[in-house]
Amino acid sequence: MSAREPLVLGIETSCDETGIGIVRGRTLLSNTIASSMDEHARYGGVVPEVAARAHLEALQPSIAAALAEAGVTLADLDAVAVTSGPGLAGALMVGVGAAKALAVSLDAPLYAVNHLVGHIAADILDPEAPALEYPTVALLVSGGHTSLLLVRDLTTDVEMLGETMDDAAGEAFDKVARLLGLPYPGGPQIDRAAATGDPHAIRFPRGLSRASDMAAHRYDFSFSGLKTAVARWVEQQQAAGADIPIADVAASFREAVVDVLVTKALDACAQYGVPRLLLGGGVIANRRLRDVAIERAAAAGVEVRIPPLSLCTDNGAMIAALASELIMSGRRPSTLGFGADSTLPVTEIQVAEREAAGA
Amino acid sequence: MILALDTSVGTAVAVVEEDGVVRADLASANALGHAEVIGDLLVAALGEASLGPVGTTSAPEPVVIARVAIGMGPGPFTGLRVGIAAARAFALGRGIPVVPVVSHDAFALGILLADPFADVPRFAVVTDARRREFAYTVYEGLDDDGLPVRVTQPALIPRDDLDARLAALGAERRDALAIPASMIGVAAARAVAAGREVGPHDALYLRSPDVTMPAGPKRVTP
Ligand SMILES: [Zn+2]
Repeated sequence: MSAREPLVLGIETSCDETGIGIVRGRTLLSNTIASSMDEHARYGGVVPEVAARAHLEALQPSIAAALAEAGVTLADLDAVAVTSGPGLAGALMVGVGAAKALAVSLDAPLYAVNHLVGHIAADILDPEAPALEYPTVALLVSGGHTSLLLVRDLTTDVEMLGETMDDAAGEAFDKVARLLGLPYPGGPQIDRAAATGDPHAIRFPRGLSRASDMAAHRYDFSFSGLKTAVARWVEQQQAAGADIPIADVAASFREAVVDVLVTKALDACAQYGVPRLLLGGGVIANRRLRDVAIERAAAAGVEVRIPPLSLCTDNGAMIAALASELIMSGRRPSTLGFGADSTLPVTEIQVAEREAAGA
Repeated sequence: MILALDTSVGTAVAVVEEDGVVRADLASANALGHAEVIGDLLVAALGEASLGPVGTTSAPEPVVIARVAIGMGPGPFTGLRVGIAAARAFALGRGIPVVPVVSHDAFALGILLADPFADVPRFAVVTDARRREFAYTVYEGLDDDGLPVRVTQPALIPRDDLDARLAALGAERRDALAIPASMIGVAAARAVAAGREVGPHDALYLRSPDVTMPAGPKRVTP
């Protein structure tokens, strides 16, 4: 295998996107995504069984499309990479089964990697961006996760500082959208509704932000209380016979989410003395979140990095990119014995690395 | 040669020659864990196949896989998908076709081939479908291509209703606790030889995904 610039195909099936990515070293050749989002829309959220069935149907055509776009063949690959976790177990298993068989079929090494660390690796594929500097704080926000990480080294040292105790931020957007009678997915809908609203009209709670929360949950998040507060406020208005000012509710809710995300991320930067913040995950598409993060980070002397949005949502390119970094740093492939691990800790950047020969 | 997989019950991988000679026939003792074991089973089956036909010491032909046969179910979804995803990916990697097989057909073929001179009466292959249901398919004999004849298509039935239903169909009950991948391969070989498609292109889930339609926002104030 060419350890200098390995050609890697990455398979990502942890949630509702079937992602196939192909990279050569740090160069992105294809980022092919088939989403089953439309199939989930009428249920108001991702249905695991629907997602898993969609992965099975989308995998083969997505791999073919990615190869065609990259202008390479399967025989050219130096390695196959796959998300082992965290994510939806049944969805992950489709990718794991396919990746193992593809690797055996091609007699190619297989790298099983961590989805969350993959989100950080996405940044490497941005040709415009200067090299990722360490340590960096990473805030990953999507419909499936909300995590604050301290990255000392992408391939060897990632620490979970905090994560959501209940709903992911993206889920909170979906639930509040439904409460306001807006369709799924909630993020863009809330954004649109909030455009004409006053973000300070209603003071919604910031979860886990009290002084008493600082000891145990300084970097953790909670959005279910916020969702309930919005519901209660809406019901009280209705009980009083008042119209619901949807724009103000949406703007104030979004402000509460953005505020708590950015406040905790910058607090982590300050506490750890890290002047760098990397944003990732699908919710980063939210313009208000980006704007507030950039503005407040600048005031705090923290540099913000945001990978291209197409690499922020779940994708296979970030999985291939992480494996490519592992290969270039001399890591051995994974054994074939790993499984899907829906709660894979972020400290496990690569799963089931083979023992050194003769060890 | 044909690489055959089935994960509708446990995880099973086999390699058979086009004429039905079995080169390798492996299964995992772990009834779950399909995703964990599938890779090592594939490697083991291909390795064993390279030693020649099972039970012989003749100099083996090299293993050249020309097709991948796959049990499409019925079976519990999560596990079933692992084998189908693996079979399709393996086939894609080698640029070879996939041959879908009804998993119950493989078990039926095993029964019908066990004693070629026996006159096997009509029977039903029965597998656990969870949620107090069975999946069953009724068979009677082999057709001219040597493939089991389905009297009924795979279907689900409440566990308590199965025996009455089979009595009405005049079929003996044969519970399948494992699907032999070798028989998936033999069924595929016979279908290919006859130029027939005997399995479905999509997984035989037989059940819609579990979803609850959102019932409008729940009230949070009393
Ligand atoms: Zn993600």
